This record gives sequence, C-alpha cells and structure tokens, in this order.
Amino acid sequence: MTRKQKRLAIISGGVGFIVLAVLLIMFAFSQSVSYFYVPGDLQKADVKPGTRIRLGGLVKTGSWVRGEGTTSTFEVTDTLSTVKVTYTGILPDLFREGQGVVAEGAFVAGNPVFVADTVLAKHDETYMPKDVADRLKAQGVQLSGKETVK
Amino acid sequence: MIIEFGLYALVLSLATAIVLSVLPIIGARRGDANLMAVAPVAALGQFVLVTIAFGVLMHAHLVSDFSVANVWQNSHSLIPTLYKVSGVWGNHEGSMMLWLLILSLFSALVAIFGGNLPATLRANVLAVQGWISAAFILFIVLTSNPFLRIMPPPPEGRDLNPVLQDVGLAIHPPLLYLGYVGFSVCFSFAVAALMEGRIDAAWARWVRPWALAAWTFLTAGIAMGSYWAYYELGWGGWWFWDPVENASFMPWLAGTALLHSALVMEKREALKIWTVLLAILTFSLSLLGTFLVRSGVLTSVHAFASDPSRGVFILAILVIFIGGALTLFALRAGSLTAGGLFAPVSREGALVLNNLILTVSTATVLIGTLYPMALESLTGEKISVGAPFFNLTFGLLMLPLLLAVPFGPLLAWKRADLLGAAQRLFFAVAAGFVIAIAIWYLENGGPVLAVLGMALAFYLMVGALTDLWLRGGFGKVPFATALRRLAGLPRSAIGTAFAHFGLGVSVLGIIAVSAFQTENVLEMKPGQTVEAGGYVLKFEGMQRGQGPNFTEDRGTFSLSKGGTSLGPISSSKRVYMARQMPTTEAGIRTFGASQFYVALGDVMPDGGIVVRVWWKPFIVCIWFGALIMMFGGFISLSDRRLRVGAPSRRAKKAAAPALEAAE
Repeated sequence: MTRKQKRLAIISGGVGFIVLAVLLIMFAFSQSVSYFYVPGDLQKADVKPGTRIRLGGLVKTGSWVRGEGTTSTFEVTDTLSTVKVTYTGILPDLFREGQGVVAEGAFVAGNPVFVADTVLAKHDETYMPKDVADRLKAQGVQLSGKETVK
Repeated sequence: MIIEFGLYALVLSLATAIVLSVLPIIGARRGDANLMAVAPVAALGQFVLVTIAFGVLMHAHLVSDFSVANVWQNSHSLIPTLYKVSGVWGNHEGSMMLWLLILSLFSALVAIFGGNLPATLRANVLAVQGWISAAFILFIVLTSNPFLRIMPPPPEGRDLNPVLQDVGLAIHPPLLYLGYVGFSVCFSFAVAALMEGRIDAAWARWVRPWALAAWTFLTAGIAMGSYWAYYELGWGGWWFWDPVENASFMPWLAGTALLHSALVMEKREALKIWTVLLAILTFSLSLLGTFLVRSGVLTSVHAFASDPSRGVFILAILVIFIGGALTLFALRAGSLTAGGLFAPVSREGALVLNNLILTVSTATVLIGTLYPMALESLTGEKISVGAPFFNLTFGLLMLPLLLAVPFGPLLAWKRADLLGAAQRLFFAVAAGFVIAIAIWYLENGGPVLAVLGMALAFYLMVGALTDLWLRGGFGKVPFATALRRLAGLPRSAIGTAFAHFGLGVSVLGIIAVSAFQTENVLEMKPGQTVEAGGYVLKFEGMQRGQGPNFTEDRGTFSLSKGGTSLGPISSSKRVYMARQMPTTEAGIRTFGASQFYVALGDVMPDGGIVVRVWWKPFIVCIWFGALIMMFGGFISLSDRRLRVGAPSRRAKKAAAPALEAAE
C-alpha cells in the first residue's frame, strides 16, 4: 500500500467507527431515556402505559400503607395533584412521609396507579432531589427548611 | 492562633505559586538559567506550605476544634479518630485542600525527579503546574476557605455524614485524587512542549511514567470507590453510571488511551500530535469531573453543600485551562512534524484502534453525562440517562476493543502478520470456550450471551499470558531457559500482560454477576430460612446495639450449606445520633470469588423483617481484576527504561545513577 492508501484505510476505518457510535447513541437515546414528571404534569403530558418515567414529588403525609409482604403503596404529591404509587421491595432508609422522593417505573394500562420498580430518597436527611425541588418551586409550592436542596 | 497560621501558609503558597507561574517561563524564554532554577525551589516551597496548611486543618479536626466552621459542620467529638482524619476531606473545603495537596505533591515530584529533563522543559512544566496551583489556591481562598471561624464556638459538632463514616473515606479519595490530579503533569508536559514548539520521542518517554502512575492510582481509586458503594449503600450494586462515577471514569478511559498512544510515540515517533492532544484532554476531563462534582450542578453524596459562586469559579478555571491549552494546541500543532509510517496491520495500527475505541467510548460517556444537563438548561425538560443507555452504547463499543486486546502485544511494529497472531491466539480462544462452558455447566445453565461473555473474559486472560509464553519460548526451549528469558523481559512487557490479564478478570466478574446473580426480597421471621446460590440463610433474631455515635438494630443470621454450618452473618440498621440519620449496614460473606449479601429492610408490624438476599457469583473478580491492573501498572513503572533519558542514553548516564539513588 502507498502512503496515501494507508492513511485512507486508517481514516476511513476511524470515521466508520465514529458514525457507528453516533448511530448507536441516537438509538440508545430514543430507547432508554426516561423523562421526569411531577404529578401536576401528568394531565398535560400524555404518558402512555408502559413508558418508563420518573415521578417526583413529596410523599403525602398519611398515605404510606404497607401491604402484603414487601409491597407498599404511597401517594406522591406536588400539593396540587396526587398520584398513587405501588412499589415492591425495600424502601430506602431515608424514605419518609412529607419528604421528597423520586419513583421510577411506568403506568399499567387501565389503571391510574403508578408501578415503581425503583424508589430514590437519597443519601441525606436534608436532601431533596434537585429535580423535585426545582419543579415544586416552579409550581409555587412553599418548601420548609427541612426539604432544602443540598 | 494555629488556625490563622494555616490560612497564612495557604496564602503564602499562593504567592509561591504565582512566582512559580511567572519567573521560570521568563527564564526559559531568555535562556536565563538562574530564573529557570527558581522553578524547583518554588515547587518544593509551595508543597511545604500547602502541607503545613493541610496539617493545620487536620490538627483542627483531630482535636475537634469546633471554633472552625469546617470542623463544626463535619465532625463530632465522639467519632473514632480514623474518621476525624478522613473527615478532613469528607467535605467540600477539605476535599479541595486534598486536591491541592496532591497537585503540589506532583509538582514537587517533578522538581525532584525532573533532573534529567532539559532545563527549559522542566522550567516550563513546573510553571504550568504553578498556574494550575495558583488557580485552585485562589479558588479555595476566595470561595472555600476551610479556616473560617465561628464565634462563639459551638460545644459540639454536627457530625460527619454517616454514609462517609467508613474506612473507605480514608482510602478512596486520596487514591482517586492521586490519579485524577496526576494527569496534571501530563497536561503540563503537553502545554510546555507546545510552548517550546518541539516534541520528540524523548518527550513521550518522560511523560509515560507520570501517565502510568496517575493511571495506576486512578484504577485503584475507582475500584475502591466502586467496592465502597457496593458494601456501604446496601443496594448491592457496584456501578450505577451515576454522573459522579462517570466523572472519574472518563479520565480513566482517556488516560488509558494516553498510555497506549505515548507508547507509539516513544517507540516509533508517530502519533505525536494526537498524544499531545490526549494529554490535554485527559486532564481536561479531570477538571470537568472536578467541576461536575464540586460545583453542585449534580446532586449526589459527593456534592457537598453547594454555592453558585463556586460553580462559576470552577467553570472559569475549566474554560481558561481547557480553552487556553486547546488554543495553544491549535496554533502550534501544525508546526509539529509528523512521525514514522506504519501499515494498518501493525502494533501501531492496533494501538490506533485502541485509541479510537477508547476515545469514542469516552465521548459516549461524556454525551450521556452532559446531555441531560444541556437539555435541561436549554429546554427545561428533565430527563434521566441511566444504566440502559450506557450499557447499550458503551458496552457495544468496547466489545471490539476487548476482542483486539490480546492481539496488540503479538503484532510487530511497522507491519505485522494478522493471521500469524490469530494462529498464536488459537489456544486462548479454545481455552476461553472450554472454561466458559465448564462454568456454564456448573452453574446449571444460563443465557448463551453469558457463555460468550465468559469465553471472552478467559480469552483475555489466556491471551495476556500467551504473549509471555511466546516471548519466554516455553515449549521450545528448556523450561529453565524460558523462565530465565521471562525474568529478563522488559518490566513493561510483564506489566502489560498483568494489566491485560486483570482486565480479563474484571470482565469475568462483570459478566458472571450480571448473568448469574440471584436477588430475593422477602419478609422473614425468626427461625425462617431462605436459599440462595446453594447456601441456606436462617434468620436468628434481632438485637439492639450501641456504637460510639449510633444505635443499631442488628439482625443476626446463620449461613449453612448442605447441612454444614458456616457461621453467622449480620446486617444492621443504624441511626446516627447527631444527625438522626438512618443507614443500612449490609452483611457480606465471601466464598472464593463469590459473595453472599444480606441487607435489612423495615421491621413489619407482626415482628417480621424485610430482608434482601443476593447471591453474587464471581463479583470479587471485578475489583480483584482492577488490583491486578494496578499491580501491572506498578511493575511497568519499575521498568528502568522509563527512568533513563531516551535518545542520548550515553550522555545522560551520569544523571541516571543519581536519579535512581534518589528513588
């Protein structure tokens, strides 16, 4: 191979790989990105059953019910509207009523209850997921110092 | 008084850093040896001053001096001494101090071991280190002063975040920073070379040990962080593709590429421009990581209390350094001469492939990490890019690299015989499949992909050994001769084999645990049993306990297999008193390379308790592989070729022994 051909071979290989990577990234974004909503968004946004989303808000005080075995239900609220959530598994240490939470999962067709497979209430007692705090503030919800964003 | 002394030392170190940033460069421009000689002295002086400041802060934590705001917010008189020490960097200000301490340490090391560098290069490299130091000291003094006092001093501290009260905090951040910040030396070398407009194989030889050292520590730091998250958080996961993890992973990927491209440059004088660019990009990713973690744009356990002014300041540092270096690169890259030629199929070609895949994968991780932030600031839409995205893109893109790794060391420089290399790897491929199928049989089946994945892992391991086997000439010459030959091989070849072998071990752990782990969440009452991975777990009961600064509910279990008792295992729920914060302590028992993992959930009204039980086959391999990679890095570092001046070995002979004595 001449110098030119060698260079061409290497460059075209490289460009080919990069194109492949870009296509892969675009495909992955279309498949596996989940959108974040607070309960008030759900009426406007048409979330189809089975679409993975993240639902954030406050755990409504008095709504947490432990069911059979390891299933619990609770309500996530942005103080204006409320969504009922069911979750099977161990809730995080910092899961508490009245505090911020992010539930990941999907709606099931024909049922208004959100089925979560992951519940996040993170590392710190004064921590509130930033997504939740921003959106609640945008909705005009007054936050007490306890849920301050850290 | 002593606290003010620490602040004073910090401010003095800023002055020293500014001297270091300016005088040596002027000296290098004018050829003034006296001005250039300021560089090592200033670098050492700055290191001493920063060490004093850091020592003062540590002292304040050790004696629980709550008149210092930083100590009051992050310490408590009752926590064990180890956590008082590690608590120094378990907060924003302290961790920036650790960052600075390690940066100064690297400057000092360049000053000490840089005796064989050309005087102008050494002066310029140290000056660039000085710029970085000055920027970060300024950042600390202006926005994150750890020596702020509060009057009157509170009687008791607010405690260290319980999640951080672990030996992991003593190990993970220092190791991680040694890696992260170590790449600053490569950056400084790149910028210095661009300023001089001259770059050759010797440059690569000088840079490679620093890149290698940084890479080795970063490998250890990331692995330690992963293991810490695994056992501390009680979620049983070892990697979450969390933006903070990605922040440390990106410099690792780019640093790995840098190690390999510097090899080509050193041996063949090719890929010069690319290597310089990689050196800049790697440290830029370290800076980006620092920005992501420290500015508060992300919420995570790593992002301590945040303050917008800090974010803006770090962003400014980021823009100035990355922008400046890339501008310099754009201006000067054209004047660098292109190096040696090579055929696409050759050692160089293989290393180019390595670089291509690693940098594209790094870019993928970067996009996945930054895209949600960009989207949110542009459209206000909040999305989450999680594990599925990264597994799909990063996983698929890395696959060809993993297949190619064993080929690399078997290919000759300039032009190589691909078929010949494939034939020599036949044994590795066959061995991979045989072992994988055997494991598949022992695990009683599993997905076909898992078998292929494990075959890949064993192929990597055997392939790494194949290189040593062939080089030693085992099977062709008498065994003793082969062993002698093996011992006589350059340390870097042995280090490479170890690192590639370790990669295989990690891949094995990742594949095995993804394919064969079992998870079981259930409610247990005392006396009840559950089976996982062939082991039987029996719940014995709950006990109350008391630690130095927490109370706990401890669940005791006993493990047995086939009727033989294997002793107790326990997991607890702790409540740390100062912050009234609950944590879960997982119970972990290791059997060979596999682990049995128990985490407690809530107590049920009827007296039962929710328990999460995992069987994690081969999971230890993930971190053990990283340890092997790290070990390979150290072996490679001990290669004496790295310490001897490159092109004019004879002329440098006088300098070399002195250098070795110093080490």
